[in-house]
Amino acid sequence: MSTTTLPQVSARRRRTDKLMRALLAVATGIALVPLILIIYYLLHKGLSEWTSGGFFTTDPNGNFFGNPGGVRSAIFGTLEIVGLASAIAIPLGIGVALFLTEYGKDTWYASVIRYFVDVMTGVPSIMFGLFIYIVLVISHAGGSGFAGWKGAIAISLLMLPIVIRSSEVVLLLVPSSLREAALALGAPRWQVIRRVVLPTATPGLVTGSLLAVARGMGETAPLLFTVSIAFALTGNLNAQMNTLPFQIFNDITSPRTEVVNRAWGAALTLVALVLILNLVARAIARRSRLA
Amino acid sequence: MIPPETKITEQNQMPTAGTPAGKARTEARPAPTTRGHSIEIKGLNAYYGQLHAIKDLDIVFPPNEATALIGPSGSGKSTVVRCINRLHEEIPGARATGSVKLDETELYGTGIDVTAVRRAIGMVFQKPNPFPTMSIFDNVAAGLRLTGTKLHELRERVHDSLRSVGLWEEVKDRLNEPGIGLSGGQQQRLCIARTIAIEPEVVLMDEPASALDPVSTLKIEELVDELKSRYTIVIVTHNMQQAARVADSTAFLLEGELIEHGPTNEIFTKPRDERTERYVTGKFG
Repeated sequence: MSTTTLPQVSARRRRTDKLMRALLAVATGIALVPLILIIYYLLHKGLSEWTSGGFFTTDPNGNFFGNPGGVRSAIFGTLEIVGLASAIAIPLGIGVALFLTEYGKDTWYASVIRYFVDVMTGVPSIMFGLFIYIVLVISHAGGSGFAGWKGAIAISLLMLPIVIRSSEVVLLLVPSSLREAALALGAPRWQVIRRVVLPTATPGLVTGSLLAVARGMGETAPLLFTVSIAFALTGNLNAQMNTLPFQIFNDITSPRTEVVNRAWGAALTLVALVLILNLVARAIARRSRLA
Repeated sequence: MIPPETKITEQNQMPTAGTPAGKARTEARPAPTTRGHSIEIKGLNAYYGQLHAIKDLDIVFPPNEATALIGPSGSGKSTVVRCINRLHEEIPGARATGSVKLDETELYGTGIDVTAVRRAIGMVFQKPNPFPTMSIFDNVAAGLRLTGTKLHELRERVHDSLRSVGLWEEVKDRLNEPGIGLSGGQQQRLCIARTIAIEPEVVLMDEPASALDPVSTLKIEELVDELKSRYTIVIVTHNMQQAARVADSTAFLLEGELIEHGPTNEIFTKPRDERTERYVTGKFG
């Protein structure tokens, strides 16, 4: 029986391998530290607020003494503003993505749009706030200065490129053989989009949109110059409103411990809302027939 | 919203079990063998950007016959069929010039609605492509629904189409299950049912069995043989035995040019062109 001698891995190579593996493991550990600390502090400081009476059922009252009130108006304000922003950004964004994948394709115009969408993705969120401040707040559009709907527009501008990009990727995943099958049956293009492309892509479109919603929910900067802050619960989007990010921003700088603690509770609430949205997005993505 | 239905030629209706007797649409049906419609191609040139894929092609596909297009990869077989139903132009950068006639109608004429062309000329693709979000029933009904055709006997039409492709017994108890749950061969027959449900005049098949196992392939070939009593069929194939089995006439393409077109047995036994002989005897390609 003949034996083949295979070349051995050198001792130096083995040492380097071990060292590099250890370094990568350490790097991963370091990256995890702040994440774990954030979650720890949020739960440690926020959970006790959740369980204190009236956190979810009362509004901040601005009193200097006694119970500072809860975050009810902030939760509803965030939901209202992000809801309006989503109602603007999601249909518009999916529309743009449909144009890019179904009509624009590789034309000059589509390439320009794609480029600007990419640029918009990198624009700092405070720029959207400033833009709306100059265009809508200073001009007192709609009869008021700061207003919820103006914040919603600023957030929708922020969400728009995210929706467009994620939708475009998902729409490109719809096999072109399905489009051709429908076209070959004599379907007009709008029917191909409505009956074949959109239904096939729906789970992915929902996922991308929900991630954009989650992103918009946590933004503070676009609200800074557009909505300002109010304490009371309001359904009037043409007035100043309370929002979770802004309440955290306001509360955390307060000298009163109760108010600072409320900021932690509000932060935990915001993270929980975003987490729920992400879980919903994942659950829908898992049902996707495309991925 | 729904574009007006444009008929290129008189659209004959298949006899349907559920059609009430005495309705206008059921009268004076021609016998199946007289149904035929021909395709006549003259001076067709097709391009993909700079690539000249079809060069001055002249060919006639006679009514109620199956014509096979054979040739090595890249010879333009698929492009020819995609030019017939004007699907070629859907590819960015692709264009075609020349004349394609369905009977007397110029398909590339001004004012021709491409969706009407595609309704009259059905197509079956290489890979089975049922719509993944639709049930078996909806897949077959898709052509009618997508074109906005209102049909009282939609259900009967779907059932008849499934019977025509021999799929009825296999799926009749699960019409509401997804079409992609079927096997590859069943999916391809489902796609053929979807194509004939809109009652086209001509059926184009682009290597319809190349992704299927031998048993499914045989079923598709038997189906082609049955369908040509009702439709004119153009079938692209890589498989020479398949061409020999199903086609009345065979055309050999090479690098975008038609080399030879004649009765299938002649192409395979005594071809006139030396290149055809080398191809059918497996010496190249």
